[in-house]
Amino acid sequence: MRKKWGESSRVSNEKPAKPSAEIEPPRSAARPQRFTTVSGHPIRQLYTSADLGHWDPERDLGQPGEPPYTRGIHPTMYRGRLWTMRQFAGFGSAEDTNARFRYLLAQGQTGLSVAFDLPTLMGYDSDHPLSRGEVGKCGVAISSLADMEALFDQIPLAEVTTSMTINSPAAIIWAMYLAVAEKQGADWKLLSGTLQNDILKEYIAQKEYIYPPEPSLRLVIDTFEFGTRHTPRFNPISISGYHIREAGSTAIQELAFTLRDGIEYVERGIQRGLAVDEFAPRLSFFFNAHNDFFEEIAKYRAARRIWQQEMRERFGAKDPRSWALRFHSQTAGCSLTAQQPYNNVVRTAIQALAAVVGGTQSLHTNSLDEAWALPTEFAATLALRTQQIIAYESGVTNIVDPLGGSYFVETLTNEVEQGAREYIRKIDTLGGMVAAIERSYPQREIAEASYRYQQAVDSKEKIIVGVNEYVSEEQPLEILQIDEGVGLRQEERLRRLRMERSGEEVHRRLDGLRRAAEGTENLMPHIYEAVKAYATLGEICDALRTVFGAYEEVAIT
Amino acid sequence: MSERKIRVLIAKPGLDGHDRGAKIIARALRDAGMEVIYTGLRQTPEMIASAAEQEDVDVIGLSILSGAHNTICPELMKLLRSKHMDDVTVVLGGIIPEADIPGLKKAGIAEVFLPGTSTQEIVDFVRSHVRSHD
Repeated sequence: MRKKWGESSRVSNEKPAKPSAEIEPPRSAARPQRFTTVSGHPIRQLYTSADLGHWDPERDLGQPGEPPYTRGIHPTMYRGRLWTMRQFAGFGSAEDTNARFRYLLAQGQTGLSVAFDLPTLMGYDSDHPLSRGEVGKCGVAISSLADMEALFDQIPLAEVTTSMTINSPAAIIWAMYLAVAEKQGADWKLLSGTLQNDILKEYIAQKEYIYPPEPSLRLVIDTFEFGTRHTPRFNPISISGYHIREAGSTAIQELAFTLRDGIEYVERGIQRGLAVDEFAPRLSFFFNAHNDFFEEIAKYRAARRIWQQEMRERFGAKDPRSWALRFHSQTAGCSLTAQQPYNNVVRTAIQALAAVVGGTQSLHTNSLDEAWALPTEFAATLALRTQQIIAYESGVTNIVDPLGGSYFVETLTNEVEQGAREYIRKIDTLGGMVAAIERSYPQREIAEASYRYQQAVDSKEKIIVGVNEYVSEEQPLEILQIDEGVGLRQEERLRRLRMERSGEEVHRRLDGLRRAAEGTENLMPHIYEAVKAYATLGEICDALRTVFGAYEEVAIT
Repeated sequence: MSERKIRVLIAKPGLDGHDRGAKIIARALRDAGMEVIYTGLRQTPEMIASAAEQEDVDVIGLSILSGAHNTICPELMKLLRSKHMDDVTVVLGGIIPEADIPGLKKAGIAEVFLPGTSTQEIVDFVRSHVRSHD
């Protein structure tokens, strides 16, 4: 018998199921009294030419590919070449991640991006007591060159570009990458990719530091110097606002602290004796792509404008490649909800669209299940498909800076720029970013903003669909299970490695590194030799710990 | 009769440095009138148990986003039992797969708060679950 519409398929006395989405907005979702961005920045009802004030399209907008780069750093933008679709991946052992990389490349991904596990990020081997329970969990476990060889097995390093999210031990991981390239017979001059290597934002936001700021900065500048000579196509740093935003900052704080970090690195490079135009063209940036569509676009446009001016006026850079701010972006992990996780696909699409309209050079889109765990292959593929749909179906890649000239977007770009400049000036007066960090200035600003936002969510001043409004019952999600055996297998692998390698050579190389660290020479060649002798990440970090000491922050709440 | 304030230790175990959640909870509980001690980062279960003992806290709030909860939580609970601190309420927040929650509760975790929990829910839970001390 055919069912009539409205008949339940089960015989029951239950009330008919509530539709999953209410049509009428609930009372508490009445229109707000104050209209603000997700960062709390006030937004007016309408923008007209009167809002633009002294805005001059010749000076403030210009042409794409030309200063002030408001419209983008390339004349043709995505008509010439799409952004790099770079999905961050890493879990379990080097072999597990190698399989995911080869899968993603086969699916049309155009660049690799390595996520390392917490022990690796903190400079501990997989068999260190502090690594218990953490091996292979948040990324791939890499303790020695042997692991790195397995990670890139059958992936030709001269042909892919690789981004490596590693900070405090960046020089060591990079040395391992270079050693794998050498073994593959790849010319270092052709290697292309990015090290995150941004230690300042670790003290500010992500807190994965090992050494105090001064020796840490020395290591960063060592990689700049080494890269300038040996790897002209590799970005030795990705100056990152992403984590600052994830820690709860506003868009303006993200922009300001990131650019001020960039200024600090340039100052340090110049102090080392490098000419600004020798290394500045290889500095790259990394920003968050959060929910507030127009605010994010304004942020990227303002970023380019401020950076070109700082590079020209503060540092006297002459090479236009030093002026142009290139950036990677990633959709906001902190915006993902555990509730109704499929909604995250929609959030991510909007965020990714903002990054693209804002002129990003590469993009990572988060997966729908990341408020629960690392993504499944299904979820990671859907995230990549989101980028492909924006690239090939939405039409936004036909045009450069589609929002240029909008009263609203130009005004917001001006306001974000002005707000960021005020912060940059403030940090200048504090004596630079290291001094500001030591006084907990950026840390405190971020904690304040983060708490304000939480209060706005708790009071429903800001609505999060499925969390504080439009809540519904749901089924548990199928998530990725990390094999708990990875830690044991890594321990066994390290035990074998320590038996098979030449202990005498490891000892000699670590000794050489320690002596060099006590002096002032560039440490990269010493790290490279230690890595090639199969000294482990933990042993190399320990050698440096004995000279540099360990950093402990003053925790503020 | 003056009532003793509820004393809470907010702890960040493991190697992870993402402390946004821990800091928000510390501040929200303090704003709700509780006495809050924040351990700072990278605390081992031993460090947390001895801080809880020294500070004589009623509640321990753990923040774990790294996936190490199944190792860390049972270890901490064992240590607390050996110190006869069974009356301390231990709650957990962070990135915790749903399938792990029954095991964590069996190990003695009083409640697991997932992303999206309001600070008020946590304040209410703490107020209603802490045994009053004299």
